[in-house]
Amino acid sequence: MNQWKLLTLVGRDQTGIVARITRALYQCGATLGKASMMRLGGNFTMMLMLQTPTSIDSLCEQLKPVVETLKLNYHFQEIEVDTADHPVPDIRVSVYGADKPGIVADVTSALLELEFNILDLESDVAGSDEQIYIMHIEGTCSHLPEEIEQAIRKQTESVDIEVSAIDTMIG
Amino acid sequence: MATEYDTDFKIITYPDPRLKQVSEPVTVFDEQLKNFVERLEQVMRAGPGGVGIAAPQVGVFKRIAIVDVSGKPKLKHNGCMILINPEIQTWEGMKKGREGCMSVPDYTGNVIRAQKITLEATNIYGEKQQYQCVDYEARAVQHELDHLDGLLFLDRLVSRRTDLFQRKVYQ
Repeated sequence: MNQWKLLTLVGRDQTGIVARITRALYQCGATLGKASMMRLGGNFTMMLMLQTPTSIDSLCEQLKPVVETLKLNYHFQEIEVDTADHPVPDIRVSVYGADKPGIVADVTSALLELEFNILDLESDVAGSDEQIYIMHIEGTCSHLPEEIEQAIRKQTESVDIEVSAIDTMIG
Repeated sequence: MATEYDTDFKIITYPDPRLKQVSEPVTVFDEQLKNFVERLEQVMRAGPGGVGIAAPQVGVFKRIAIVDVSGKPKLKHNGCMILINPEIQTWEGMKKGREGCMSVPDYTGNVIRAQKITLEATNIYGEKQQYQCVDYEARAVQHELDHLDGLLFLDRLVSRRTDLFQRKVYQ
């Protein structure tokens, strides 16, 4: 039986979310795995892998007092996990420019055509009068950085693009 | 009779506390040292993608490291560097890059290192050598020399999300 579950959680940012949620999970006997947590526009978001034989119904029941106090929305689901799967990104794409609708769709569509597998994407909107959009993508792709850059340029104009190889040094 | 180079040449992995130990300088340049360095190089080359190794990684706490990035295409390099009692003398520039380590399997992370270094080390005969290293080779040298001081790349990780834009050079 696969005991891995994924907790997705979001709520208005406030002090103590991580400590209280992870304490409650610890008290359920859960072992935590990889996690990604960040603040998005005043909301705190969490994606957290956990390993426990406890049922999802029981986890929800035990987490209820904490999430109700903190007014958080959350969801558990069973997931398949290959613990030996550690893909290492070999290409990094940075895109930045004046914010306009469609940048992400254009860039990622170009990447899809080259079978670029996105492993990590983070983006931000900055600036006050004129907003700029900044996005970093890391992934794996069999094409050269120059080819990737050309493909993105064909799809989208007026953004700055930098594509570079990530050569992981193993020492 | 036990010697300071006795080891089974198995890679020690974190959290083994010995990886935090500071290594001692080599004072005797003899056949034992030569044999140890030969075996250490074999271990480095047997590792997947390994371009460097330090003696503490196999449980010998002497200031010995080997770096050889000559197998990577299009890189400036000094060939196979046997670095005994190495000392970095100058540092220049700063660059973020992805590192992994045979002593920290299945994890890679971003580390900021000097882009250009000069170093002095002795060879297996006790003769002083001077090296200039840049980019990937400089990164590998700094990574291996950290092992001699009980440091791992985990001690120098920078967040994947807190990023530095690579500055373009405008003429």
